Amino acid sequence: MIVFDRVSKRYPNGRDALSNVSFSIHTGEMVFLTGRSGAGKSTVLKLIALLERPTRGAVMVAGRNTQTLKARHVAAFRRHIGVVFQDHKLLADRPVYDNVALPLAVAATPLKEIDRRVRAALDQVGLLGKEGVLPLELSVGEQQRVGIARAVVSKPPLLIADEPTGNLDPDLSLEVMRLFRRFQDVGVTVVIASHDHMLVHEFAQRVIVLENGQVQGDAGDPLPSVLAYR
Amino acid sequence: MSLAIASGRHLQALLGSLGRLVRSPLATLLTLLVIALALSLPTALRLFVSNAQAATGNFADAIDLSVFLKTDVPLVKAQQLAQAAQRRQDVGSVLLIPADKGLEDFRTYSGFGDALVALKENPLPHVLHVRPRAETSSTAALQALRSYFTAWPEVELVQVDSEWVMRFNAILEVLRRLLLIAAVLLGVGVLAVVGNTIRLEISARRAEIEVTKLVGGSNAFVRRPFLYTGVLYGLGGALLAWGIIAITVAVLGEPVATLARLYGSRYLLRGPSATDIGFLLGAGVMLGWLGAWISAARHLRSIEPRA
Repeated sequence: MIVFDRVSKRYPNGRDALSNVSFSIHTGEMVFLTGRSGAGKSTVLKLIALLERPTRGAVMVAGRNTQTLKARHVAAFRRHIGVVFQDHKLLADRPVYDNVALPLAVAATPLKEIDRRVRAALDQVGLLGKEGVLPLELSVGEQQRVGIARAVVSKPPLLIADEPTGNLDPDLSLEVMRLFRRFQDVGVTVVIASHDHMLVHEFAQRVIVLENGQVQGDAGDPLPSVLAYR
Repeated sequence: MSLAIASGRHLQALLGSLGRLVRSPLATLLTLLVIALALSLPTALRLFVSNAQAATGNFADAIDLSVFLKTDVPLVKAQQLAQAAQRRQDVGSVLLIPADKGLEDFRTYSGFGDALVALKENPLPHVLHVRPRAETSSTAALQALRSYFTAWPEVELVQVDSEWVMRFNAILEVLRRLLLIAAVLLGVGVLAVVGNTIRLEISARRAEIEVTKLVGGSNAFVRRPFLYTGVLYGLGGALLAWGIIAITVAVLGEPVATLARLYGSRYLLRGPSATDIGFLLGAGVMLGWLGAWISAARHLRSIEPRA
């Protein structure tokens, strides 16, 4: 599903976020990216979601090389990836329903279908009945779950999450992680950046540890990194 | 994407844009007013030109000869001459204006009524207004007719009225050019106003645009509501301009009728025709759309989601 082949990323300010990073993630895997702040976790996720492009090396997602993807195909590419943020990036002036419906609306889904799927997604995160509520009227945990509902409403084959439990207490964190696990159970590839060792330990089948922009350890990689892909 | 879904999306975008405009009525109204003023000015000028053309149309096309008789020619002789002229093949109509009638008209319309009382005798001659037949109003035919009248011993002067018609047409042509220049300049003004308004709205909705792009919204999807906003601005401004023009026509109607009456005409000011209105609304919609498109193309591309 995801292949990083000797990827380096240098930001315009000269900071090297990643240097020579290689790993691959298979369809249906649930993988944790860990490491200190600034180790490059977020950059890896940005490269996957095409929010950034690599300075060197190649990033393949779902068989597509993100380096050569044309600008006009980026939007369609992103529809195959559900993204969950630490600050959840909800639209504060729109009710929960509109927020969750957004990925379907941009994909020109029929209204009836949108209605059905939004309810299904809200049901999955336990927020059915909150459709008309504005995000700020919800608790932090609920807001995060709205963000997750939005990420999965279009049933993307790949779900990426950047510190999804960063603002949550342990109980809520556990709840959110169980949710991700359920998506993995139905075949979704899940990549989570987190520095919460407890959670990583409890849920991870595989952990990629980043340090100073390099892969320090890759516990449970079923294939010896890139070699299998070349 | 089926047509029904596509049109549903567009309807949604349109209603969304309309809702946003209605929610900030004062800002919307000010923008509409600026657009309306920019659109109504060239429309008013166009109306002025077409009215001027219509008001003078009776004689702008026909070219008359004024035959001034010598002051000592008696009225009876003038009447005979008029009848003689009428018998010619190339003459359409002859109107005799006796000196007394001429003086009376002059007294009524010139504003020198009191001064004229001081005159001991009427200084005006009898005048024949000769209108050539339409099919013989070529320059050569006109010249022949002129020589014919000049040859009469009773005639003092033959004046061909084509000169002022040509001058008048030249003035109209200048006005038409001015209209074109004004329309282009003010059209660019509308583009700038709409473009700037859209730019402000884009920066106000930056977060929303970022999130929309993040979940896979294409540039076209993100651009759509702004294009509708532009079209609504253009259409609203054009409708307002129509209102301004209608009020102007209503206010000017009476004085113009009076003015026309003073010139012996029953001309009534004409409002904008259906074509004029169609053109105004079409221009408004086009300019609004184009202004929004230019602005959206410039500013939306630069907004990319940041995580």
